[in-house]
Amino acid sequence: MLETHDLTVGFPVRAEGKKAVLTAVNKVNLHIEKGDALGLVGESGSGKSTVGRTILHLNKSTGGSVIFDGQDITRLNSADEKVLRRRAQMVFQDPHSALNPRMTIMRSVAEPLILHTKLRGAELREKVGTLLEIVGLQKQFLYRYPHELSGGQKQRVCIARAIALNPELLVLDEPTSALDVSVQAQILEFLKSIQKELDLTYLFISHNLAVIRYVCNRVAVMYLGQIVEQGETEEVFNNPKHPYTRALLEAVPLPEPGQPRRGKPLIGDIPSPLNLPTGCFFNNRCEKAMAGVCDKAPVPNFTVENGRRVRCLLYDPASAPQVEAAAV
Amino acid sequence: MTELPVLEIRDYRLNFNTFDGVYHALDGVNLAVGKGQSLGIVGETGCGKSVTVRNVLGLLPSPPAEVISGEILYNGLDMLKVTPAEMQKIRGIEIAMIFQDPMTYLNPVFTIGTQMIDVILAHQKALDKHARKNKKQARAHAIEMLRKVHLPNPESQIDRYPHELSGGMRQRVLIAMALSGSPKLLIADEPTTALDVTIQAQILDLIAELVEDMGLSVIIITHDLGVVAKVCDNVAVMYAGQVVEYGTIDEVFGQPKHPYTEGLLKSIPHPGKPPEELYGIPGFLPNLLTPPVGCRFQARCAKAMDICGTPPVNRNNVGHDRTVLCHLYEEGFADA
Repeated sequence: MLETHDLTVGFPVRAEGKKAVLTAVNKVNLHIEKGDALGLVGESGSGKSTVGRTILHLNKSTGGSVIFDGQDITRLNSADEKVLRRRAQMVFQDPHSALNPRMTIMRSVAEPLILHTKLRGAELREKVGTLLEIVGLQKQFLYRYPHELSGGQKQRVCIARAIALNPELLVLDEPTSALDVSVQAQILEFLKSIQKELDLTYLFISHNLAVIRYVCNRVAVMYLGQIVEQGETEEVFNNPKHPYTRALLEAVPLPEPGQPRRGKPLIGDIPSPLNLPTGCFFNNRCEKAMAGVCDKAPVPNFTVENGRRVRCLLYDPASAPQVEAAAV
Repeated sequence: MTELPVLEIRDYRLNFNTFDGVYHALDGVNLAVGKGQSLGIVGETGCGKSVTVRNVLGLLPSPPAEVISGEILYNGLDMLKVTPAEMQKIRGIEIAMIFQDPMTYLNPVFTIGTQMIDVILAHQKALDKHARKNKKQARAHAIEMLRKVHLPNPESQIDRYPHELSGGMRQRVLIAMALSGSPKLLIADEPTTALDVTIQAQILDLIAELVEDMGLSVIIITHDLGVVAKVCDNVAVMYAGQVVEYGTIDEVFGQPKHPYTEGLLKSIPHPGKPPEELYGIPGFLPNLLTPPVGCRFQARCAKAMDICGTPPVNRNNVGHDRTVLCHLYEEGFADA
């Protein structure tokens, strides 16, 4: 349903007085089937939000293409963009900033309907009422303002607004990061149930691995603008292949007793995207890095079992014997 | 606990006087941290976890804050009664604190060296004249502290500005600064919330290492149950200004007793297990301008009974050094 081919996004910046290009997204290939929930996970600055925003034309891409339902939507005129907005919508991280404080809930949720449909007056009110009902809010909220609502209620309003035009694709950018855990649980349950009911496809962006595992059937792990591993969620979580995925999963403290106090945390920080390492972007932090191999040339994706793609030379079939020797 | 606790908070009640009325922020908080122990305080936004520890160092302005009752005993000394001059000798030297957002707590226009030396020199005032460090010694001490928190190349990093460092490095600087007076107790308020998971793992590892090496006692405030389970010995679960459950990590996470703790643990997706259905605690936090009579959790509790609306709700001992604030564990009730 949605595919990106070598999607690249660069932002012009000034670094130390010189013009430079910050490559936030670097040749990303995503593939989302209808009805999928693809989780895009990564640390801050990995480019996961930029991918979501670029697909919906909130950023311009600088290379590659985006195919939505068989149609190339990389470049669109404003009329086509309006059609795209009907079919693909976004939910943002902070529901408070995503709602206009001077608009009632009625007005905020009605806005896409006013722009895209001919619904007006009583019909419009009824439609908005139904939408609020779907997201579990009573009609009494219609004429309230955002500041009168709690964070969880505001996020429900944002979801109501996003599904107002019956879109096929929802891009959810950290939809529960600003919420408390008990409220997060309600929103996640709810997102799962409407996905089935309304036949939605999700691109779910989050830094929280537990949330991704809960909502998504497929997952793509990003590091420094690249996807380093992609596959079925349970397979990736149970058997991570890329050293970065493994380190990321090990870094999450588990909410249960009996954990070791001290681990082997990943050394160093994420390198600056303006000064990317040569070869594998992860080679300077990777415990399996092979000197003279990993820091030479850019690393391609390798397909291992069941459509899992890993960007790591350990999985290069051509150099397998050599790698095995290095691993021992 | 056989030894006297390093810090003990007893029956602590605190209100904020606001234009809308009296906000009952804390209602009878009881906590204790032993020497070399680490205590986690967990709870959701607005439950009072930060407010609880702010006044250990006299960091809540009054008004609007008003202490109604209680004691905060640091080695027997009531921190609510000390004079500003005495407090000066405790801050940073006996008790130190680190905060959530490392950028906000560093001054952007001074190098980290300048800021660390300032702090170290301020600590010298508490010492005898002949034992005081001069500026040069203070700088050497700052570098040594930065090395202790594993900041790479401390000799050159010390002359950098905060914006030149990453978030994880800034938090290391703050920890180095907090520990430069060799305190006995470190209070960390959401120390890793602003950091990525891999960096969080580094900082938690560092805290665990410092606890081991320096015999520090630590209080960690967080909303992340995973962080508490990893770093702490004991945990206090707070809800609406009260400690609803207190005990060791094994006990509280293994067998939660209070319905709120139970709900909280069931509401987080587990990163290490395939998905099960989540339990969202229904309803909202009570408004503490008009706190509910009796149990503050009753409106959202699946096990609420008639008696829950009648005060007092007692702290019930359910085992050694383990308390639950719930009628279900009232003596004689369990059998009924």
